[in-house]
Amino acid sequence: MSKIIYKDFKGNSKTIEVENGLSVMEGAIQNEIPGIDADCGGSMACATCHVYVDDKWFDKIPKAEDAEVDMIDMAFEPKKNSRLSCQIIVSDDLDGLQVSTPEKQT
Amino acid sequence: MKKIDAIIIGAGPVGLFGVHQLGIKGLKAVVIDNLDKAGGQCIELYPDKPIYDIPAVPECTGEQLTTRLLEQIKPFKTQLFLNERVNEVRKDNENWIVTTNNKKEFIAPNIIIAGGVGSFEPRKIHLKQAEQLEEKSVFYAVRDKEKFKNKKISIFGGGDSALDWALELSKFSKITLIHRRNEFRGAQHTLMEIKKLEKAGKVSIKTPCQIESLESENDLKSITIKFDDGKTEKIPTDVILGFFGLIMKLGPIAEWGLNMNKKTIEVNPENFETNKKGIFAAGDICSYPGKLKLILSGFHEVALASVECFKRARPNEKYRFEFTTSSKTIQDRLGKK
Ligand SMILES: Cc1cc2nc3c(=O)[nH]c(=O)nc-3n(C[C@H](O)[C@H](O)[C@H](O)COP(=O)(O)OP(=O)(O)OC[C@H]3O[C@@H](n4cnc5c(N)ncnc54)[C@H](O)[C@@H]3O)c2cc1C
Ligand code: FES
Repeated sequence: MSKIIYKDFKGNSKTIEVENGLSVMEGAIQNEIPGIDADCGGSMACATCHVYVDDKWFDKIPKAEDAEVDMIDMAFEPKKNSRLSCQIIVSDDLDGLQVSTPEKQT
Repeated sequence: MKKIDAIIIGAGPVGLFGVHQLGIKGLKAVVIDNLDKAGGQCIELYPDKPIYDIPAVPECTGEQLTTRLLEQIKPFKTQLFLNERVNEVRKDNENWIVTTNNKKEFIAPNIIIAGGVGSFEPRKIHLKQAEQLEEKSVFYAVRDKEKFKNKKISIFGGGDSALDWALELSKFSKITLIHRRNEFRGAQHTLMEIKKLEKAGKVSIKTPCQIESLESENDLKSITIKFDDGKTEKIPTDVILGFFGLIMKLGPIAEWGLNMNKKTIEVNPENFETNKKGIFAAGDICSYPGKLKLILSGFHEVALASVECFKRARPNEKYRFEFTTSSKTIQDRLGKK
């Protein structure tokens, strides 16, 4: 279990214990965190699980592969610290990870 | 309006296999889809990726699966209505009437919703003015090239569609190609062609930047883009073309009075009927305890729904369970001698 902090675009945050091995997207869906749609169920085909990763954490997460970067192009208001939460796998190293959800996903 | 036995909404793998399951029971169906081709997610999202969990098919791509399903339902000569989005469903005694965005109407005692995660629609520019100018000077697809002749065109996107149209339209228009990253993702030779055109001054490329605003007086005059370093630039523009890929939008399905659970429709897992008699849901769009969003599950679901469809379409006949290997009737329907 690792703590993941989900912050919405208004700044409200929720801390959830997510099982290691699950994705940050799955942690959100299983705990009914709003702001993450995940229409394609984690197959990197929809970009509706888009999050902004806290700057402190961005470089600690394994880098995005090309296909993810391409998909982020399709997301709503992507920024430099954009990632697809279905591609971030929770582990002890990410204990305390903070991500923010965009205003909307589509 | 000709009456049929079942209207299938969605030409994804589940809708297509639905045609088969209805067809071998002697029922006539039509299939309606918002996309310009059959195959749903398989054809739109992963045509070239291999699938490994279709029973008895160790490996096939999304496109191959679609081609084989179309082949399998050929004997039933079912009409596919593409580029049509179902907007409305209403009751007419024992039947249902379905209306599309192009005002086509269909009537049947049964509807099978195999709508996946919703209909595929282009992602749009999130600016109010862009919405107002849509289909006038803001487009997300090129249907008629003539409209784009001798214009100042700003094309957004970094993939194949953006690059291909930049090349094509540069033959008779001034193109600005705008993308949020420096890297474009497209066929190597297309990229080289674009670079050549940039040198020749036919295409100008702006990266990394995003759209900031549109300026218009009735017609579009210019757009303002913002670079990552905060600088902005105004670009005289008559037409915007956006290629940001497709998104699945549940859309009108949510308004048909069906019991929904988030973006899915609740069904009775015995026959995949929804809370409305004669409306069924199968595939990714249905939900029941233990639902798996797999093609395999969708096939099972639509097979069961087709039995209930038979009972409603042929109230005076008895449903007989039959195997395709041994039923003469089914083999006749499949055109096998
Ligand atoms: C990248 C990726 C990989 C996958 N890999 C696998 C795999 O290996 N194995 C597996 O079993 N599954 C896999 N899946 C899941 C599989 O593709 C889906 O379960 C399957 O496509 C669901 O089929 P469907 O027919 O229910 O819906 P879809 O394929 O989503 O088709 C629904 C269709 O309905 C249309 N539609 C919706 N609403 C309307 C409307 N109002 N009017 C008109 N048309 C409408 C849509 O345009 C769409 O074409 C994968 C999915 C993705 C994205
Ligand atoms: S859930 Fe679709 S890309 Fe992550």
